[in-house]
Amino acid sequence: MNIALIIIFATIAISTIVGIFAGRRVKMNLENWTVAGRRFGVIIIWLLMAGEIYTTFTFLGASGWAYSKGAPAFYILIYGTLAYTLSFFILPALWRVGKRYGLHTQPDYFIKRYDSRSLGVFVALIGVFSIIPYLQLQLAGLGFIVEVASKGAIPSNTAILISFILTCAFVYTSGLRGAAWVAIIKDVMMLAAVGVVGIGVPIIYFGSPGKMFETLIAKMPEHLVFPGSTPNMNVAWVMSTILLTGLGFYMWPHVFGSAFSAKSDKVIKRNAIIMPFYQIPILLIFLVGFTAFLVIPELKNGDLAFLELVNRTYPPWFMGFVGAAGAVTAMVPSAILVLFASTLLAKNVYQSGFRPRAKEETVLRLSRIMVLLITAFALVFAIYFPNELVNLLILGYDGVCQFFPGVVLGLFWKRASKTGVFTGLVIGIAVVAFLILTGRDPFLGMNAGFVGLVLNSFFTIVISVNTKPIRLDTI
Amino acid sequence: MKKKGTKLALIFGAIPFLTMVLALPLVNRIEPVILGMPFLLFWILIWVVLTPPILFAAYLCEKKFNRPEEGGDE
Repeated sequence: MNIALIIIFATIAISTIVGIFAGRRVKMNLENWTVAGRRFGVIIIWLLMAGEIYTTFTFLGASGWAYSKGAPAFYILIYGTLAYTLSFFILPALWRVGKRYGLHTQPDYFIKRYDSRSLGVFVALIGVFSIIPYLQLQLAGLGFIVEVASKGAIPSNTAILISFILTCAFVYTSGLRGAAWVAIIKDVMMLAAVGVVGIGVPIIYFGSPGKMFETLIAKMPEHLVFPGSTPNMNVAWVMSTILLTGLGFYMWPHVFGSAFSAKSDKVIKRNAIIMPFYQIPILLIFLVGFTAFLVIPELKNGDLAFLELVNRTYPPWFMGFVGAAGAVTAMVPSAILVLFASTLLAKNVYQSGFRPRAKEETVLRLSRIMVLLITAFALVFAIYFPNELVNLLILGYDGVCQFFPGVVLGLFWKRASKTGVFTGLVIGIAVVAFLILTGRDPFLGMNAGFVGLVLNSFFTIVISVNTKPIRLDTI
Repeated sequence: MKKKGTKLALIFGAIPFLTMVLALPLVNRIEPVILGMPFLLFWILIWVVLTPPILFAAYLCEKKFNRPEEGGDE
């Protein structure tokens, strides 16, 4: 049994135990399970949000893009920062509405604000539909990292099966609290791994990051400005993509819902101020990608850049550490995705759609059953159809972005009406689905999601102006 | 009618969007290399690092000019 294997399994096991114990001393009700009783302070919120935002995709994707595409990867550094800036203005107001009406989820917000259960059910279904491919991407990333890091000793499917069943266990028992506590382990391990490799490899191979860039500029300067080594990711593409992803960021049901777990609106505001600091490790991940570009230019799959460079540079136990960090990095977002997908189905599809009088205990019990079902469903997909859902992911991201007008206008514009938002949303989703499924993305050089969002906002505003708003003593 | 604190905060909040979206076509270049980094990367990084102080300034404006019980936004 090799050392990497031991480190990976030990980390997964310890994380699970921490996750299960996180919920032990709390009496579980729906509020404790989904939004941790609205008790989280600045530090734990920061760790939780970092935990769900920095996924395996950040790990492998940022280095992979820097390696194979070059400068277009910088968009990752920017859109998060813009999303946090927006969240400074949006989330505190959202939190206050959530606190006042005891909201747990994004569809809860739509139901309350627009007084429409059918709108809530629609939002919930789009949310779940968007979450599933995202979840599957996490599982695939987990399997990939563990398999490469253990040099094939743990096959991808075994890694996915074990770690996801354990993830499911702590979500079932502890809800959001479990995810938050495991996020602490995850953040520390990932920061350590990224710090060691990101600072280490440019120094080991070139003497310093500056010398590495010097070599890269001498060899291939165009890699470091837009469009990098891609044919079409020019400045216009980068700008529209940053805007869309920056606006859509907090529209993901799980990120949106996590905001409700804060202790106060001030906590969420202070959190927005410090969040951009978490972007700095991404710079280190880019350094790894660029170093790999110079040292091992022959890789066919850019996603391997980070792991392959670690493999060449560091002892096997460190590879095990990176594998373990990668595994928890997938487990935390997966936990939160499963948690919110389950709550959306139980609370906003079952209860809001069919049984408005269902008791809270029933909804919690059903949510927990949904955790098991969604886990099983995602596992089957990840293992048997690993490539089918990748395209749906783009559709999912562009889809959740369409919630933006309904959420933001709902908070700050009293006239925003149910008919306006519902129509805008349906049009936005239809346009996105049409453009992507018929291969017309990008459309006129713009991101398809962006086109949908523009039309969506237009119809939402025009129709809202011409319809009677519901009487709001509320927002 | 927006409150003065909120207005000032929104002006601060616009800075990251101006520098990291609108200004991109102007900074898409390698020279001058600063701190070892190509200019484009340096520019983006400096504004990422400056965003927390900018948001903190926005926070102070809201605190100073808006009545406390109204919090930030309305």
